[in-house]
Amino acid sequence: MRWGVLQFPGSCDERDALHACERTGAEARLVWHEERNLEGIDAVVVPGGFSYGDYLRAGAIARFSPAMEAVAEFAAAGGPVLGICNGFQVLCEAGLLPGALLLNENLRFTCRQLDLIAVDGPETGHIDTFEARRPTLSIPAKHGEGRYYAAEDDLDALEARGQVAYRYAPGENPNGSARDIAGVRNEAGNVVGLMPHPEHAVDPLTGSTDGLRVFEAVAAAGAAA
Amino acid sequence: MPRARVLIRPKEGILDPQGKAVERALPALGFEGIEHVRVGRMVELEAEDPARLAELCEKLLANPLIEDYEIEQLDGAA
Repeated sequence: MRWGVLQFPGSCDERDALHACERTGAEARLVWHEERNLEGIDAVVVPGGFSYGDYLRAGAIARFSPAMEAVAEFAAAGGPVLGICNGFQVLCEAGLLPGALLLNENLRFTCRQLDLIAVDGPETGHIDTFEARRPTLSIPAKHGEGRYYAAEDDLDALEARGQVAYRYAPGENPNGSARDIAGVRNEAGNVVGLMPHPEHAVDPLTGSTDGLRVFEAVAAAGAAA
Repeated sequence: MPRARVLIRPKEGILDPQGKAVERALPALGFEGIEHVRVGRMVELEAEDPARLAELCEKLLANPLIEDYEIEQLDGAA
């Protein structure tokens, strides 16, 4: 099992993501944004940061990179993809995930540890199957543009199809996201994105290791695919 | 080359916290009676083929899910 972690100019969490991937017991390598070849890669992380300076809109430019074209093909073929923070924004801009991320309601950059509820999908094939395990994850969030938005009827449809993957625990919504949504998955369930940073919560040295569960779930999907 | 200006604004009904912050700051500066402030973006450009600008807006300059855009031709070119 080998992970690929994308690296754009302006990415800043790719090293932590690489470390988190390795902690799942798999190999991992960086994939430069100009690379188009994902051969030998079983799961992809689109990491956090400020790709291409976040010019225009967060993720708007990164989605046109050669690596993202490869990721779109990889995802279409059922490969598991995890987008974190800026990576989530990139996946939304690319149309691989529904919705958009807007400026935080309070206009402040949020940076704190918070509790997330992992929401299992109704069918198999969804990549975070936490089952009987503790349903909340203690994971840090750090972003200025994390307010999840989709039109009301689209939100209804997402919920009906089980596409909400993570919610902020009650009272924890840091940015005004619609229906406390912190992360969503695509319809097939192989692409998931979230604003908080599981890759910063994988080592007891820095507190919670709950983030590892997010990576393990993706790894399990990658190994099965 | 024909010049154009693209105005991009948050869609009606989408909370615009920047606009709200500006609106709240105005009374302190003595500007009363101003409401519904919305903050957007303006992009100026020169386009060989202005007919393709709408496609450009849909694909890159605006996110049609959350933003409306308007294209203004500056040289009277169509």
